[in-house]
Amino acid sequence: MTAIPLHMPRRLVEFTLDGQEVRVPEGDTILDACRAAGKDIPTLCQGDTLTPKNACRVCVVEVEGARTLAPACSRRAEPGMTVLTDTERARHSRKVVLELLASSTDLSTTPRAAEWIKEYEAKPDRFGPDAARLNEEPKIDNDLYVRDYDKCILCYKCVDACGDQWQNTFAIAVAGRGFDARISTEHDAPLTDSACVYCGNCIEVCPTGALSFKSEFDMRAAGTWDESAQTETTTVCAYCGVGCNLTLHVQENEIVKVTSPHDNPVTHGNLCIKGRFGYQHVQQR
Amino acid sequence: MDLKFTDTAKATDEERDAVDALLGAPGTGWEGGTGRSSDELRWARGGAAARERRDLLLPALHAVNDRVGWLSEGALDYICRRLTVPPAEAYGVATFYSMFSVRPRPAKVLHVCTDLACAARGGSLSAADAVGPDVSVQPSPCLGLCERAPAALLVRAGRSPSARGAEGTEGDPARPALDGQGGSGRSPGEGRPAHATAVVAPATPTALVAATTDPERAPAEPSAGAAVPQAGDPALTLLARVGVVDPASLDDYRAHGGYAALRRAFALGPAGVIREVTDAGLLGRGGAAFPTGRKWQATASQADHPHYLVCNADESEPGTFKDRVLMEGDPFALIEAMTIAGYAIGAHQGFLYLRGEYPRALGLLENAIASARARGLLGEDVLGQGYAFDIEIRRGAGAYICGEETAIFNSIEGYRGEPRTKPPFPVEKGLFGKPTAVNNVETLVNVLPILNGRTEETKLFCLSGNVARPGIYELPFGVTLRELIELAGPPDRMRAVLLGGAAGSFVRPDELDIPLTFEGTRAAGTTLGSGVVLVLDDTVELPRVLLRIAEFFRDESCGQCVPCRVGTVRQEEALHRIKDRTGADAAGDIALLREVGAAMRDASICGLGQTAWNAVESAIDRLGAYE
Ligand SMILES: Cc1cc2nc3c(=O)[nH]c(=O)nc-3n(C[C@H](O)[C@H](O)[C@H](O)COP(=O)(O)O)c2cc1C
Ligand code: SF4
Ligand code: SF4
Ligand code: SF4
Ligand code: FES
Repeated sequence: MTAIPLHMPRRLVEFTLDGQEVRVPEGDTILDACRAAGKDIPTLCQGDTLTPKNACRVCVVEVEGARTLAPACSRRAEPGMTVLTDTERARHSRKVVLELLASSTDLSTTPRAAEWIKEYEAKPDRFGPDAARLNEEPKIDNDLYVRDYDKCILCYKCVDACGDQWQNTFAIAVAGRGFDARISTEHDAPLTDSACVYCGNCIEVCPTGALSFKSEFDMRAAGTWDESAQTETTTVCAYCGVGCNLTLHVQENEIVKVTSPHDNPVTHGNLCIKGRFGYQHVQQR
Repeated sequence: MDLKFTDTAKATDEERDAVDALLGAPGTGWEGGTGRSSDELRWARGGAAARERRDLLLPALHAVNDRVGWLSEGALDYICRRLTVPPAEAYGVATFYSMFSVRPRPAKVLHVCTDLACAARGGSLSAADAVGPDVSVQPSPCLGLCERAPAALLVRAGRSPSARGAEGTEGDPARPALDGQGGSGRSPGEGRPAHATAVVAPATPTALVAATTDPERAPAEPSAGAAVPQAGDPALTLLARVGVVDPASLDDYRAHGGYAALRRAFALGPAGVIREVTDAGLLGRGGAAFPTGRKWQATASQADHPHYLVCNADESEPGTFKDRVLMEGDPFALIEAMTIAGYAIGAHQGFLYLRGEYPRALGLLENAIASARARGLLGEDVLGQGYAFDIEIRRGAGAYICGEETAIFNSIEGYRGEPRTKPPFPVEKGLFGKPTAVNNVETLVNVLPILNGRTEETKLFCLSGNVARPGIYELPFGVTLRELIELAGPPDRMRAVLLGGAAGSFVRPDELDIPLTFEGTRAAGTTLGSGVVLVLDDTVELPRVLLRIAEFFRDESCGQCVPCRVGTVRQEEALHRIKDRTGADAAGDIALLREVGAAMRDASICGLGQTAWNAVESAIDRLGAYE
């Protein structure tokens, strides 16, 4: 399903992108312009349903006249600006950022990370075997989902989704500072003692798999998780009248997780606990 | 908002009392009152009003920390109920600041400086071995007391200093937290002594034991004037009153020319003030040297209202203590200057964001604001000119990053002190999303002589390390580094000078002819930064100094962006590896440092990550640190 956005026509902004004159609607970011022009800029913390925090810095590009590089995901296109996306400087920063991340976190379930590490010739091992890592144990405190912060890149998307951008539950926030900063409930309490309502919208937006369905986590641990063997079927949730879209991920005739299409203009990928996790009855055979 | 509280943890009476002393008693069960009456269960209100007060989160955390010494689950929970702040967010804020603890700890905490100037003077961490077991010793970044290095700050939690007035004991504003009286008249339900602080510098073992045993009776600090070796020199402008006026007396300030500049400002009108400041070419003294007139003009011309003024008195750059000396020696000057700045930009509210480690400056500024208010120099109708302006002090709680202009906004608003992405710039969307001008203390104080007709511009320098007469020096722009260090008494065998602070750069003893101007230092590949001149003689181990700088940035990174959060860790690791190495043995790690440093400079969100590698890079390139 494709959403047809209904809003006022926007003025166009003209600027130079890698030597080409491009025109994008006012308010669009450099990343929007790149994608429209078919350029592949790596992104990790950017998401289609949230305001990016531009914290990961893998999408940096060179804006002429600026002292530092700019995050393509958040910097809005301005008339007359000159942007270069693939310079030596930008590539160097992306490479180092990928190295820094991959040396400290587990990116094994981050889509496209391996591909970008190869493309930018990043060598996460070069900081040596003693390089500090997060070294977090997965937090398994309920039957619905697992928090494995060893995979967390601190993109703030789950915090924004749980907080004022979507769910308004505010069960999690960033605690601590610097390398010790972690996504945390109050007093680091188990999720079951927190304000969490198990909507799972944080799982929906997590770009690294740090937050995952317990079903997926268990299957990965058992070595039975196989995305290539899964089908995805988008249907309508039958619980209540809101009518959210559900995408059922099915492997060997079992629902293994539930996501929701982000381009749905009503829900933007959000669900509640019933739609997200209440699928067992389907499988009572 | 859907807030859920854990009902297991309850605030103690003392914790509730500390919070209520700040916020007033709770009106209903919905905002933290005990129990809900059956009547109250029929409606829920108060949330929206309480959320408007989110900016009182940091003061509320201070209130409990000052009283009890740490932030329990129950106390955090109560604060959250009072202000309708989600508990997870309040926990995130509480764990952001190094002066707070969410684990129990003794009422006495000794913050011991382990930073550059103190380390160059032998440090005081070992001296702290002598203190009793009832004291929690916490290594601290620079305490801004470098001229009296090595330094330490004792904080003893206890009954709030506001109880002082109730007992009729007039506090000495110069020693704000010393309640000086033993035993009598405790506030209800409390057995502990009053909150107290003691600044110990130089921190000898005896002085530390004295201060930790009985902070009330610790020897008084020398006056701010003692930090001005040039005292009495008629050429002094910014420091002219430091050590001369009584910093607690508004009358004395007026007798020494105070408030003439504000009168002139009213005569000129806001546009006229901005014109004079612009014509004088005043550049910001907080490190970035941005033209103040332009900043004010840009703020004044915003259509969105209200406008805000923020005075950046966070001063946590290692080696910097000029703002402290100005505030302690001439606090009314800052209040007057803020009033003028507020008038120029069309603000009616100014926030003075003061670093949490400056108890004496806090007391003096509180006194100055209260006196100015009492005399109609702040408030509804300043000087009878129909202009309303007031100033609120906000205490930081130990986070260097909160000196970054947008991090200050988050900190004041009750969020984690993480810098915001720019654009939008503060002049457009600053504090509470409104047009805001942020200025450094020294910048603001410069406005007074400009309006009083002074022509020559001067700069304050913070001399510390191995010099005979450390302190604040005021000199006209353009004197050379050599001339400055000569004044302060150079060491016999100088090894290096760190110019501009931890975010600045090292220069060699043969480069001392650099003219001390913003352009001159830039041309020489260095920076004036916040005016730090840290002189190191050849007894210091350079690799250890570099390690300390790296450790500082790793500790102080807010953690928001990857290049800085992980980059500072990788740099510190590399410096550890090459601590005792030179030449080819160090080459690989130096190449690594350069690569990581380049990405940090280019891709970090804010100035902390962008400059964290400057000093170490300069030590490698200019001093040949690992050759
Ligand atoms: C990490 C960081 C820390 C800073 N700390 C301070 C500080 O403690 N005091 C200060 O005045 N400016 C500090 N600044 C500079 C401020 O962001 C800002 O530029 C300054 O307060 C503006 O005032 P000015 O124009 O009067 O210099 C800091 C900047 C960064 C990036
Ligand atoms: S848990 Fe996932 S969504 Fe949350 S900050 Fe970490 S990586 Fe981002
Ligand atoms: S996901 Fe929840 S809100 Fe959406 S239709 Fe299903 S039950 Fe209703
Ligand atoms: S550069 Fe460092 S201090 Fe600044 S936003 Fe990034 S992590 Fe935070
Ligand atoms: S007070 Fe210790 S280095 Fe500044």
